[in-house]
Amino acid sequence: MKGSLIILSFFAAGLLLGVYRVLPASWLDYDYSFYVLAALMFSVGFSLGHQPDTIQQFRRIHSRVLFLPLTTVVGTFLGVLIVSFFSERSVIDFLAVASGFGYYSLSSILITEYKGIELGTIALLANILREIITLLFAPAMVKYFGKLAPIAAGGATTMDTTFPIIIRTSGKEFSVVSIYHGFVMDLSVPFLVTLCCSFK
Amino acid sequence: MLAGVFAGFLLRKWKFRFVNGIILTLIWLLLFLLGVEVGMNEQVVKNFATLGLEALLIAVFATLGSVTGSLLLWRNIKKHSRL
Repeated sequence: MKGSLIILSFFAAGLLLGVYRVLPASWLDYDYSFYVLAALMFSVGFSLGHQPDTIQQFRRIHSRVLFLPLTTVVGTFLGVLIVSFFSERSVIDFLAVASGFGYYSLSSILITEYKGIELGTIALLANILREIITLLFAPAMVKYFGKLAPIAAGGATTMDTTFPIIIRTSGKEFSVVSIYHGFVMDLSVPFLVTLCCSFK
Repeated sequence: MLAGVFAGFLLRKWKFRFVNGIILTLIWLLLFLLGVEVGMNEQVVKNFATLGLEALLIAVFATLGSVTGSLLLWRNIKKHSRL
């Protein structure tokens, strides 16, 4: 929660500087964000490849729980399809935003790069909101949707920001599932977002 | 990113605690840059409220869809572990 507030304030600071034209207009001619993004992707990949213990722990998971990332993706896409019927925006745009699975930093940056700044902003807000919804409603989710629900709702954040709330509401025995789910979703975000953005 | 996975795997014997710090700093920097870009784009600034509403709808329905999926899986697992 504190982490997302810090990130939001960085976004807000940039927003204010932009709105009040503190920076020169030539700022936008240089593609600063692309280089920082490339560095970020390298670091994210590095940290994923650098966790031998988590990879070992995956062997202890109940075989059916392995399907959880799949139901998260399918459920998310079906949910978003419903909203897309009520909007002029294309289905693909909605799927791209939803493919962030709460990983707002990466997804919003990728979507801005591929689809423009308007959809990128939606992606940022929608995925921050998904994380906040998970943090706030995890207990209710366990009650009405079973113990796997906060993990599915947390999407790609279940091995970092929403991990503490998940083990508190679903139980410690779900920590391996939560890390596994976060790991798989983390890996799929860049691929699914890029895939969705490659359709017209 | 795959280059990063590979590098991380090769260097897994060493401790690289600072990588998470680097990631966080890069994310802050990128979100700041995104903010600047959004702020300088009048079209987006004008429609910020509409964009926020759309984002909320997407977030709520995406979450509802995924927890429904997990409910079906949860029931399926419980049914089979009883056998």
